[in-house]
Amino acid sequence: MKLRYFAWVRERVGKAEEEVDVPAGVATVGELMVWLASRGEEYAHAFDNPRVIRAAIDRTHVKPQTAIKGAREIAFFPPITGG
Amino acid sequence: MTGPSPVTFTVRIQREPFDAAAEVAKLTRGRTDVGAVVTFTGICRGAEAGEPIAALTLEHYSGMAEAEIERHVTEAIGRWPLKGVTIIHRHGRIAPGEDIMMVATASSHRQAAFAAAEFLMDYLKTRAPFWKQVERADGKIWVDANETDDAAAGRWSAPVE
Repeated sequence: MKLRYFAWVRERVGKAEEEVDVPAGVATVGELMVWLASRGEEYAHAFDNPRVIRAAIDRTHVKPQTAIKGAREIAFFPPITGG
Repeated sequence: MTGPSPVTFTVRIQREPFDAAAEVAKLTRGRTDVGAVVTFTGICRGAEAGEPIAALTLEHYSGMAEAEIERHVTEAIGRWPLKGVTIIHRHGRIAPGEDIMMVATASSHRQAAFAAAEFLMDYLKTRAPFWKQVERADGKIWVDANETDDAAAGRWSAPVE
């Protein structure tokens, strides 16, 4: 699936987007963040406090307990500061 | 005019500046059923948290930003008897004094226009995927989210999912 990162999550990961093969045991958005944090120093830095990171599946806001099955695009970003 | 009065709605996300007065004029042009227009314009300040800034840069999630705003415009049209809604939000680098975004709502009477404008702003601040970064003398810093914005969005019971 495609992952996208925005604002300081993007800066810490060091890329705006990537395609990943998520291991079968990773079922929710929260579990995906835990798995991402294990992928290296940049990811550990980006996802060290998952409670402050928000997520969207296919361009709709979701919660950490939301299942990722069937998702095409999952985005991670800090709390919104527009307007 | 004959037939039901149309609701004019415009959502635009753009890098370029916009003309808020011209956008308001478009909401009322050629119709006489609008009795109230409420406009909010968000403007780039020259200081953030007491520190002078050179500019703001707004990053956004293209596609989701439009979808999220349109969802809330549809919700507002369902809740209040609106004649028109215009929302424009810029992205990219914005200097102090420049407009960042605007919301305008048109209705026959003021109550609906005021309420819908406030509702749309409260949701936009917490749900539309935009992030502000400020340029200060000591570097570029991401703006922290404001908890009072979450509280403001929360007071409109029946959240939009």
